[in-house]
Amino acid sequence: MQFNPKILKTSTFRLAAIYLMVFALSVGSILAYVFWNTAGLLERQTDATIRAEVQALADQYRLLGLRGIVDTVQRRSAERGGGVYLIADSLGRRVAGNLESVPPQVIDETGWIDFPLDIQIGPNKQRRSARAFHTDLKDNYELIVGRDVQELRQFGDIIRRTLYWALGIALVLGLGGGLLTSRNFLRRVDAITDASRAIMGGNLSSRMPVKGTGDELDKLSRSLNEMLDQIERLMTGMKEVSSNVAHDLKTPLTRLRARVESALRSNSKAEYRAALDKTIEESDRLLQTFNALLSIARAEAGQNKEMLQAIDAREIVEGVAELYEPIAEEDGGTLHVKAAAGLNVLADRQLLSQALSNLVDNALKYGVTGENPKPHIEIEGKLEEGNVVILVADKGAGIAAEDRTRVLDRFVRLDESRSKPGNGLGLSLVAGVMKLHGGTLLLEDNTPGLRAKLVLPLHQSQS
Amino acid sequence: MQVSTSHKTESQGLGLATERMRILVIEDDRDAASWLIKGLTESGHVTDHAANGEDGLAMASENLHDILIVDRMLPKMDGLSIIRALRAKGVTTPVLILSALSDVDERVKGLRAGGDDYLAKPYAFSELLARVEGLGRRNSQEPLETKLRAGDLEIDLLTRAVTRAGQTIPLQPREFKLLEYLMRNAGHIVTRTMLLENVWDYHFDPQTNVIDVHVSRLRSKIDKGFDEPLLQTVRGAGYMIRAV
Repeated sequence: MQFNPKILKTSTFRLAAIYLMVFALSVGSILAYVFWNTAGLLERQTDATIRAEVQALADQYRLLGLRGIVDTVQRRSAERGGGVYLIADSLGRRVAGNLESVPPQVIDETGWIDFPLDIQIGPNKQRRSARAFHTDLKDNYELIVGRDVQELRQFGDIIRRTLYWALGIALVLGLGGGLLTSRNFLRRVDAITDASRAIMGGNLSSRMPVKGTGDELDKLSRSLNEMLDQIERLMTGMKEVSSNVAHDLKTPLTRLRARVESALRSNSKAEYRAALDKTIEESDRLLQTFNALLSIARAEAGQNKEMLQAIDAREIVEGVAELYEPIAEEDGGTLHVKAAAGLNVLADRQLLSQALSNLVDNALKYGVTGENPKPHIEIEGKLEEGNVVILVADKGAGIAAEDRTRVLDRFVRLDESRSKPGNGLGLSLVAGVMKLHGGTLLLEDNTPGLRAKLVLPLHQSQS
Repeated sequence: MQVSTSHKTESQGLGLATERMRILVIEDDRDAASWLIKGLTESGHVTDHAANGEDGLAMASENLHDILIVDRMLPKMDGLSIIRALRAKGVTTPVLILSALSDVDERVKGLRAGGDDYLAKPYAFSELLARVEGLGRRNSQEPLETKLRAGDLEIDLLTRAVTRAGQTIPLQPREFKLLEYLMRNAGHIVTRTMLLENVWDYHFDPQTNVIDVHVSRLRSKIDKGFDEPLLQTVRGAGYMIRAV
């Protein structure tokens, strides 16, 4: 296992380190409490006993004088309870007690001293720790009362060592765990990073690794993958559109170029003029195509939703019908309009009018057949199942069921329509406008003819 | 039914009688600017030119021009900022905005900034000229007229009555609106786009020449049976009611 310094920079590791610190602090506090209540308690009790004894002896000395306490000290010194006693005179010579002399650690008149104590146990001399209270009596006598605290010290040491170890083990385990977790996490994040690099490098079909555990990283990977699916779909669509655009614009440009070239070859002024006129016409058509493409792109991108306003679709239906009615009549046909009240929609008046006018324009162009050369168009606006529905129906040849999806794509023109003017963008725009409005365009059979159906969500006004 | 085209008269060229205007063109594209200036000068107008936004604002602020033609995107200061600055200073010169952005909401933004008309690039020069001259007329028009006349044709804006040589002509509401717009611009060309925008309030291209059909219907009503045709088609440009 190789140590990777990157781990130290990961957020998981930082989190682990913070937890570790808090953990160590709490373990430390618990251990300190344990220590205080075990070894600490024993030491405090010993000190209290010694003080009580010193107090008693001092009182006794005051009452009975030296002789009074010497007996007590002699008697206690003989007991084998680990007690340490000494009464010394002003020159430091032993008067009574089991300590040979005043230990060199005595500095102050009164106070605690810790000193080594050599004790003869059998043939061996053993050095042990002692703790005593030293005080001066009247007449320059000194009194030392203490205890052998060797066992106590050893006990304290054991406890302390145990606590250090416990703390150390907790720290090491915590650190190791933190490193391990972050290593694991880092490996998965690295996998995701690698995958996204691969995608940026152009491999759009690559996907984020999913481990299958359903954890947060898996969730992240899954939603990233869904996003990538969507992007891939859009990209494929875009590629198709751009190649269609390129193809469909090349044709008129080629025509335009050929015409100018042949005019240049001729020397007649009239021919120049005719070619220029045609060129303007052709470029106007091209511009129209570009504008239609841009409108579709804008509608499909779904931007400018704030441009949508609450309006009555009835006005739009009647407005567009009024615009086209004379044309139908001019062609000897009819255009009937029927619109119910209260067709409230959230819409862009211009775009919705344009979409509807594209449908009516189509109906005028393609709503005629050999036997039925006059257009008969029905436009209807109504409420249906809580939606606003706008129908444009003609009595023409209609669109075969298998072509109804295809005709919504850009530049698709069915063979029957190639003889008529148009750029194959009309229905694409309608579909795009519907998408912007959260509606749909349905193409149905009018037996005979086509019935184009715009379905828009009914807008509930606040009033 | 009489075919309306029999009345069609064609007017050659665009140099129709218009008052001479002083026009400031604020446009950074050298070619576009010189093409514009040439066309406007040939149409009898006086032009000034500014190649960037700051110069344009400074020149327009002098309040010497009848019309400003302002490109939307300009170096140093964009077109909409110029218009806002001018309006803030109290300069009310009519502004035609030129823009490569043909979006409806771009148009709305332009008009909100204080522009008076909006024309998307590329455009036909005849379209631009008709709009510029329309703006010039709007500026000098008397607003309190209730009757409009062209020759023996008279329309009453209050009663909505239309008479020609004393004969009442019944018109549909839309036909009346169409005629009113043509009459307000009598003697001047109005383009199909201008009609679509001002009479129908549609800012998109309806592909088929719907406007032509509406105009020819109107023509059959007002010109049918009269010797002098008033509603003329100007080839390659639009329509015009003759101001007799």
